[in-house]
Amino acid sequence: MQGKLILSDGTVFLGESFGVEESTSGEVVFNTGMVGYPESLTDPSYFGQILVLTYPLQGNYGVPKSEFWESGKIQAKGLIVQNYIDHPSHFESRKSLGEWLKEQKIPAIQGIDTRELTRKLREHGVMLGKIITGEDINEIYDPNSENILPNVSCRKVKEYGVGKKNIVLIDCGAKENIIRSLVKRGVKVTRVPWDFNPIIGLPANGFDGVLVSNGPGDPKQAGKTIEIVKQLLEKGVPIFGICLGSQILALAAGGETYKLKFGHRGQNQPVQDVISKKAVITSQNHGFAVDMKSMGKDWEEWFVNLNDGTNEGIRHKNKPFLAVQFHPEANPGPTEGGYLFDEFIKYVK
Amino acid sequence: MGNKLKKNKFKKVLVLGSGALKIGEAGEFDYSGSQALKALKEAKIESVLINPNIATIQTSKSLANKIYFLPVTPYFVQKVIEKEAPDGIFLSFGGQTALNCGLELERRGIFKKFHVQVLGSSLRSIQITEDRELFAKELFKIAVKVPKGGFARTFNEALKIGRKLGYPLLIRSGFSLGGLSSGVASNKEEFINMVSGALKKAPQIAIEEYLKHWKEIEYEVVRDRDGNKITVCNMENLDPLGIHTGESIVVAPSQTLNNYQYHFLRKLSLQVIEHLRIVGECNIQFALNPKNNDCRVIEVNARLSRSSALASKATGYPLAYIAAKIALGFSLPELKNSVTLSTSAFFEPSLDYMVVKIPRWDLQKFVGAKEIIGSEMKSVGEVMAIGRSFPEALQKAIRMMETGQDGLLGNGIDDTKLLPTTQRLFVIARRFSKGESVENIYKVTGIDPWFLYQIKEIVEFEDSLQSSSSSSSSSGAFSRQIVLKAKKLGFSDKLLARTFKVNEKKIREFRKKHDIAPRVKHIDTLAAEYPAKTNYLYLTYHGNESETASTDCSLQPTVVKQKPEDGSREAIVLGSGPYRIGSSVEFDWCCVTAAETLRSKGFKTIIINCNPETVSTDFDCADKLYFEELTFERVSDIYDIEKKANLATDGVNLVLGFGGQVPNNLAMSCFQAGYKILGTSPKSIDRAEDRNKFSKLLDKLGIEQPAWQSFKNSDEAVKFAGKIGYPVLIRPSYVLSGSAMNVAYSGAGLKKYLKHASYVSLEHPVVISKFVEGAKEIEIDGVGQKGKLLIYAISEHVENAGVHSGDATIVLPPQRLFLKTVRQIKKATKKILKALDINGPFNIQFLAKDNRVSVIELNLRASRSFPFVSKVTGFNFVEMATRVMLGEVLSGDFKTIDLDYVGVKAPQFSFSRIKGADPRLRVEMSSTGEVACFGDDLEEAYLKAILATGFKMPKRSVFLTIGGEKNKLDLLTSAQKLSSLGFKIYATEHTHEFLNKHSIKNTRVYKISERKTPSVLDSLKNDKIDLVINISEPRSSRGETAGYLIRRSCVDLGIPLITNLQAAELLVSALANMKLEDLQIKSWDEYVSS
Repeated sequence: MQGKLILSDGTVFLGESFGVEESTSGEVVFNTGMVGYPESLTDPSYFGQILVLTYPLQGNYGVPKSEFWESGKIQAKGLIVQNYIDHPSHFESRKSLGEWLKEQKIPAIQGIDTRELTRKLREHGVMLGKIITGEDINEIYDPNSENILPNVSCRKVKEYGVGKKNIVLIDCGAKENIIRSLVKRGVKVTRVPWDFNPIIGLPANGFDGVLVSNGPGDPKQAGKTIEIVKQLLEKGVPIFGICLGSQILALAAGGETYKLKFGHRGQNQPVQDVISKKAVITSQNHGFAVDMKSMGKDWEEWFVNLNDGTNEGIRHKNKPFLAVQFHPEANPGPTEGGYLFDEFIKYVK
Repeated sequence: MGNKLKKNKFKKVLVLGSGALKIGEAGEFDYSGSQALKALKEAKIESVLINPNIATIQTSKSLANKIYFLPVTPYFVQKVIEKEAPDGIFLSFGGQTALNCGLELERRGIFKKFHVQVLGSSLRSIQITEDRELFAKELFKIAVKVPKGGFARTFNEALKIGRKLGYPLLIRSGFSLGGLSSGVASNKEEFINMVSGALKKAPQIAIEEYLKHWKEIEYEVVRDRDGNKITVCNMENLDPLGIHTGESIVVAPSQTLNNYQYHFLRKLSLQVIEHLRIVGECNIQFALNPKNNDCRVIEVNARLSRSSALASKATGYPLAYIAAKIALGFSLPELKNSVTLSTSAFFEPSLDYMVVKIPRWDLQKFVGAKEIIGSEMKSVGEVMAIGRSFPEALQKAIRMMETGQDGLLGNGIDDTKLLPTTQRLFVIARRFSKGESVENIYKVTGIDPWFLYQIKEIVEFEDSLQSSSSSSSSSGAFSRQIVLKAKKLGFSDKLLARTFKVNEKKIREFRKKHDIAPRVKHIDTLAAEYPAKTNYLYLTYHGNESETASTDCSLQPTVVKQKPEDGSREAIVLGSGPYRIGSSVEFDWCCVTAAETLRSKGFKTIIINCNPETVSTDFDCADKLYFEELTFERVSDIYDIEKKANLATDGVNLVLGFGGQVPNNLAMSCFQAGYKILGTSPKSIDRAEDRNKFSKLLDKLGIEQPAWQSFKNSDEAVKFAGKIGYPVLIRPSYVLSGSAMNVAYSGAGLKKYLKHASYVSLEHPVVISKFVEGAKEIEIDGVGQKGKLLIYAISEHVENAGVHSGDATIVLPPQRLFLKTVRQIKKATKKILKALDINGPFNIQFLAKDNRVSVIELNLRASRSFPFVSKVTGFNFVEMATRVMLGEVLSGDFKTIDLDYVGVKAPQFSFSRIKGADPRLRVEMSSTGEVACFGDDLEEAYLKAILATGFKMPKRSVFLTIGGEKNKLDLLTSAQKLSSLGFKIYATEHTHEFLNKHSIKNTRVYKISERKTPSVLDSLKNDKIDLVINISEPRSSRGETAGYLIRRSCVDLGIPLITNLQAAELLVSALANMKLEDLQIKSWDEYVSS
């Protein structure tokens, strides 16, 4: 069946449907990673977004069982690729990408010039758009227009792993691998909803540190979480922010965030530790960034992006508050940023 | 600060090249060496290059400050170090040759003695990667697995290893004459049987865990001194472990790895490279179990490699250049991405396309070679195709190979044995066509089903095309939908035309009418995330938008740009395609030089080529690079695109004269299509290429040629041969490096060959011509200017006619030619130039005997020897030819004959890589590369040149085995010289008797068939013999088995071997007149000043 992608500027891309035959809409974003579509599609940060993958062959290794996903379901609203491969080959594959998309009721189109589309998004900035693979729809959903954290956060407090230290994970749409990465390092993780204040909800001295997770949307929409983090900062609890968590931390500390023209979405983003000069390749997926100039003098720039000089991490000069804009938990993407979990755990007394 | 000081520390850096092209070490090192020199130039560091490969771009004037055309051996490198006193040396840009040489110099303490710092990875790191045991030990320290195994000399040792490892096991015995033997034992019983058998034949066997059908994955890694590291590219072999990467079809990026595997192997790569403290670039190979995530590190190459050249072209990341910068002290974050010029060089390219590499083999050129591929490399070149689907890229690559294949089916391959051979892809296709399942083929081949499914898709579509075309006779069978789908699957117009029984033009017109045209895409390293400032392009049918060129031409040519006179003019230079026997780096030099000249003349210059081992495919070599096929269809596509984009007065011009025979073959079709072609008219090219037309022309001009005639019928051919008298030369009518050429000495022989020749060339009749024995072969390379001779160089072959010109030793200026012969050659040349109105490069081959010359071949293009004659005479023939083609009027008196020095070009053979191949020289070309050296006289230049191809000076003993009375008499003087020089001489029966008769002391050894000791093989194996001169009589096949065994043993044991009489005479006379110490260490500019 023919499928259409219509951008908010009116551009129409014609292709062939290979997901569910229903229409959808959202913010159209591209990712330049060459592997990792199961991880990306289940990453809650993509909630409300239509994902364009720039690597032209997708579906190559099928879809593994759900233990390998980054959340319980596909979070992106739609998928756009150049060529869909219907004959996957991998020992972990349980089904084809097309079957999975249909099962999860996610529309997808192949046969679209994804490079042309990406160039367009690069030049014009990210755009809203709709996928028409069923009846036409008029309204276009904008994930930045509301607080969408309730859609991606957990509903109840849940504990993972065992360890002397207890780390509260404020779930703004956390990827499963953040939990796996912490548990692997021998700490207990208490995952709480985005609006859960651990100072109130958990017993005094019941936790040793807080990790504010990644997540979708405009950080400024997450007022409640920002408020909670403000209180945590005042108490001096060790805090580590990842991606959206970094932006929330910056806002809670009185800083500013802004929308990037087309964001960083890929597995090849170079960042450099400003202090040690050590550079690492990171996995990234963000459309907003922290404005370093807006941060108070107690804060210092920790990482910068080597391509465009934007901020990639902040830390407090003398308190255990730190945050990175990229994804040390990887999945998808390079794994060498994992040392940051160790660094954070060191701070947690 | 501190860092900066370090960077400027070096004043003069020595760069070691890789010498001649050989199997396993080819054009990729011209690419890497050139990039290293570029980095030095930018850093304003004086560079000195040692590389005897005169056909390379790195040995051009503009790149290195000083060039030594000398062997890359410890002796000569030390001499150059003594003379030049460099403070740094690059060892990692010249392949294994440079690396081995460096390791030996280190062992001898030369670097320490002369205060030369090795730049890049330390020698300690390199030693670890070169020594299997050390390597395993180091990797054990960081808990990284290597294949388990060991060596056994006795049955008990083998059993012990077997017990430790468990089954199945791979057993390999060391090399023995007749090929490597290996086998798999799946249980103890089989193991005992095989081991006891193997140990009877070989003194030592290797036992390894058998990783059957594991995937082979490679990563290219870069690390700087501060420990910043990236993986630039990963690649997946289509063929499973066990097939050498150089023999495998390779794709980039990997296709069947998921995120976990991709990044797990990536992390291991970084970990290993950190542990080994690599500084610069390296390659790491993994074996990955397709059924779980178990893996092994196979090896690490701590230098630029074939894979790194491929990765550079596949990603647009200039690995060699960056590696050189790092070796000079820069850190990765300090460097910029060379494609975007704005983002960082510390990043990992993201591809939004895929590439397929297919090796190119030429095994049919070797007598006795086998088509089976395995753990040893036999391919001589490769192509890389870029596409946005696997079928698209795969089918492009098949055509790029220039082996006459136009698709997966219908190519005459009907063999259905699923063995790992050079033809396996086509065999698999055939099996799919016959209805076999993916599962079955996977089970036998171990090729991942992901690839097989898509190959099957191509085959099924081709089959459906066939049936749809035969079911309907009207041309309406090709609808827009079908043609578009065919193009997306990578089918050519030619194949569609054949299927639908129309001509290619018709398909093209249909496509144009229906807007089925390929789209232009950039390779930008960042998948469109940032704009590219360079024009590295490819074409695809998977896309809607055609990208226009990046107008921000910040990449200026190194030469000063002149203002164009009449608006912007554009020229498209066609490259030479894959390296193969008869066409390699020399044509790349020609293309790069032509492109440089065009740019300096204000032309917007475009290069089309598809060979990842070349410099011409560096994206900054021209204003635009299309990494594309050199087929008429694709050239037309590009011509159309460029014409549309170019509104200038002079339009778009094609330059076909510098890429060898591939572009030359397109001349007529391009001409008929109405394209503008620079230089000599394609009509003249046709008159030179078509043997009938050319022959008539020669008759008209009164120029002699050997008697010849073409035949489709073998009886008539035999009759004709009887008439002109044997021996006769047999060849197909269009000749490229003598494919299927042979000499027949009798009617029976002729009949035998004719069977073969007609098989390989269905479309063209066979040509029989008189083979002139004992004639000298002479070549003239030159440039014609509107039918007049502008410049020429006459070179003579050392070997008499009968040795292919590509295998001959060539001398410039000629040392043994009569003035009269030179005059005759010039006279004939001028006549031909005038008759064909030659305006550009040409090459004519002559035979001379008894003061009479005859013409055997004319090429209206730059020839293989253009770099040689340019660099020896000091006049750049290609630059002059290009300028002439542009209409410039050049004049001058060019001294090319009366020179104070001699240049000798010697062939490089790779027989040791082709098990079983007979190394005897014939009319068929078999050399894979060449070197050229200078000397004050012929003998000095010759000795240097053969030393540069791996010849070792004999110290004590020479073994002579000379067939035929005439040969024996001819070689008598040489034998006497050898004897008086104090060499101990060994000889076989008849040679022994002959030498005795002439009172030359010698020791008889016995042929194997004589079953007596000492046998020839014993003497060769026991290291008693330093040099073998084996002259066989071409006419008889008697005794040839013995001759073959001797020659082959020399190759396998690494003993210098001479099989040609004239070469033997020259060698002996050189040995008599000079010693190694007499060879002068002089740089190019000390010989040729201009």
